[in-house]
Amino acid sequence: MKRCVSAVLLISMLCLLFTGCHGAAVQESFTVPENFDTSRNYEITFWAKNDTNMNQVAVYKQAIADFEALYPNITVKLSLYTDYGKIYNDVITNISTNTTPNVCITYPDHIATYLSGRNTVVPLDDLFADTRYGLGGSELRFDGPNREEMVPQFLSECVIDGSHYAIPFMRSTEACYVNKTYVEALGYELPETLTWDFIWEVSDAAAAKDADGNFKINGQKVMLPFIYKSTDNMMITSLAQQGAGYSNDQGQIQIFNETTKMLLHTVADHVKTGAFSTFKISGYPANFLNAGQCIFAIDSTAGATWMGPEAPLLDISEDKLVDFEIEVMTVPQYPGQQTKMISQGPSICVFNKADSQEVLASWLFAQYMLTNPVQLGYAKTEGYVPVTQKAQQSPEYQDYLSRCGEDNDEHYRVKLEASQLLLDNIDNTFVTPVFNGSASLRDAAGQLIENVTKSVRRNQTVDDAYMEELFDQVTSLYRLDQPTVAAGKQELGPLPQTAILLLSALGISWALILGYAAVTGIKKKKR
Amino acid sequence: MKKWIALFLALTVVLSFAACASNTDDNKFDPAAKSEGTMTYAQYDAAALDSQVVVECYVQATQSWWDNKITVYAQDPDGAYFLYEMACSEADAAKLTPGTKIKVTGYKGAWEGEVEIMEATFEFMEGTWTATAMDATALLGKEELINHQNKLVSFKGMTVEAIEYKNGEPGDDIYVTLSKDGASYSFCVERYLTGPDSDVYKAVGELKAGDVVDVECFLYWYQGPNPHIYKIAAAK
Repeated sequence: MKRCVSAVLLISMLCLLFTGCHGAAVQESFTVPENFDTSRNYEITFWAKNDTNMNQVAVYKQAIADFEALYPNITVKLSLYTDYGKIYNDVITNISTNTTPNVCITYPDHIATYLSGRNTVVPLDDLFADTRYGLGGSELRFDGPNREEMVPQFLSECVIDGSHYAIPFMRSTEACYVNKTYVEALGYELPETLTWDFIWEVSDAAAAKDADGNFKINGQKVMLPFIYKSTDNMMITSLAQQGAGYSNDQGQIQIFNETTKMLLHTVADHVKTGAFSTFKISGYPANFLNAGQCIFAIDSTAGATWMGPEAPLLDISEDKLVDFEIEVMTVPQYPGQQTKMISQGPSICVFNKADSQEVLASWLFAQYMLTNPVQLGYAKTEGYVPVTQKAQQSPEYQDYLSRCGEDNDEHYRVKLEASQLLLDNIDNTFVTPVFNGSASLRDAAGQLIENVTKSVRRNQTVDDAYMEELFDQVTSLYRLDQPTVAAGKQELGPLPQTAILLLSALGISWALILGYAAVTGIKKKKR
Repeated sequence: MKKWIALFLALTVVLSFAACASNTDDNKFDPAAKSEGTMTYAQYDAAALDSQVVVECYVQATQSWWDNKITVYAQDPDGAYFLYEMACSEADAAKLTPGTKIKVTGYKGAWEGEVEIMEATFEFMEGTWTATAMDATALLGKEELINHQNKLVSFKGMTVEAIEYKNGEPGDDIYVTLSKDGASYSFCVERYLTGPDSDVYKAVGELKAGDVVDVECFLYWYQGPNPHIYKIAAAK
């Protein structure tokens, strides 16, 4: 009987051994610990993004210092980035070596790719709901927002496959920064809401030159009337405004449609007239706007401090600045359609680790970033909006908004109007579906516009045949014809039934061999 | 008979010398020479923006390779080229050492004033050549400086005014303000060219206002001259 039990145990162990060899080492899923162990010290890494704005760096550093004072057993190590793409690339690289940061500023599109590694990113729903350490929890050493005090729309943007994988940190949208002086000099009056047709018409008019080759409107050799910073957003927003396909929640790609072609033909027409260019091709919209070389500069509200001749942050020399009246407006819309603009801005995710106490320490820090001092401090650095109603409704924030234009620093008019633009339009914002591959689709959306713009500038023919070829090229380049665009090491999933049977048979064979050897050995001993 | 032998020997010597001379000419490598179908620097310089260009040049330095792309500072004896995010495998990137000759096909573009070749592809060529930094100190503040855009140049006797890390701490680019004869000029330590582990990055990080230095840089442009510092030393 004992031999029988031993054989069964041996077989089971062998089977487990074999199945354990399959696939990569997988992180255990995170479970919220009952208590936070304050007898231990933790060092957590925080990868943060700033908009090349030292005030934002100062807010991060102050937040860390204040948090460490509250939790002396937690040390936060800050790594600074100025580019979401670089953070994304570094995280992807570090997933494969299990060296991800603890806390990271990111976009939900990027998290969807991080999730291709199993249990890489911590789902936050259990943490949100934890009565002690969750949102507004009883054991927190700071006055954080409770769940109801989060702006629901912003929080919902962090849901992937039914779970929250991030918390919003700041929100922005895009704005059109307009040289009103030049619009009026061209004989136009700014409408209440900008339309695409209006922008194209004025931009074409602004491209007129005199006999010496100077642009009539500014007397300079350079004029790019309409520059869009993010051509990804340009395509995505235009499609959303027209109710056209982009993608759906299942990750189905719908961007290659007739509306997209029409938009690309329109872009081509206005590149030909010299009316349109992009950041990637020509440079920062703010620099051209401030030099009197651009009339409609579309960029994030988080870039507002760089816009206008009196902007607190400038990248061009004083002698190149041109004086003009600047107007902050919503991005162009289609008449008769509901106003739509993109919701964007940094979110924060927490990476899973073997030590659940370390994850809890990370979550406490992530949650601390939602407190009023951090939210208000960061929101004031740019045309951002706090993501909690607690911060938005605070007297300090209301006072800040009411002082719009008092100075050209903290209360710089353009920056505060940009923030107000989003606050007034929260219900008009939208986000795109998030899935593994949505980051690539976003890149592809922008690439379509960039390619058309470059082709026209290079005197290539842009017709229907060109569009078909372009769609094929971009599909292939961004691997949009594959079900998912996985990054890093793919998990192999559970073993197929046939493999389990084969391995079991192997295990049984080995057990029988070992059993036979043992019995033979015992018999020999008895002799 | 002796006369014939003497004549024969003399002829042999003369022919040998002639042959040697001819060989010397054949082997002499001319770094400015261009193969058929390739533009001279003057032709490249005159080419319109957005037009296709084909040039032969020599790698002087590269930024770090990423995602099958590499940005290259290249030059020939007549001028310099900035090859922005040129398509390149990781294996080929390792071979793009200073001096390597390459033939580049791409489109001429201008981004914030920096004239570059974009969407470039390349092939390796025979031959090597490295540039000697041209002393451009006398051209500081003059419009003529733009004629040397992207070249390896030196500026001597520059006084340090300010050192500012892009992110407020080491890791990213360093913005360097240097002055000469009372006028200030912007320089940059580009982290993808000379990163935090490089001697240049460390040396710049230790500079104090008032230090006087000689710098070698690639004459990059961003809204005006914004040279990327490649070498730095206390002024001689």
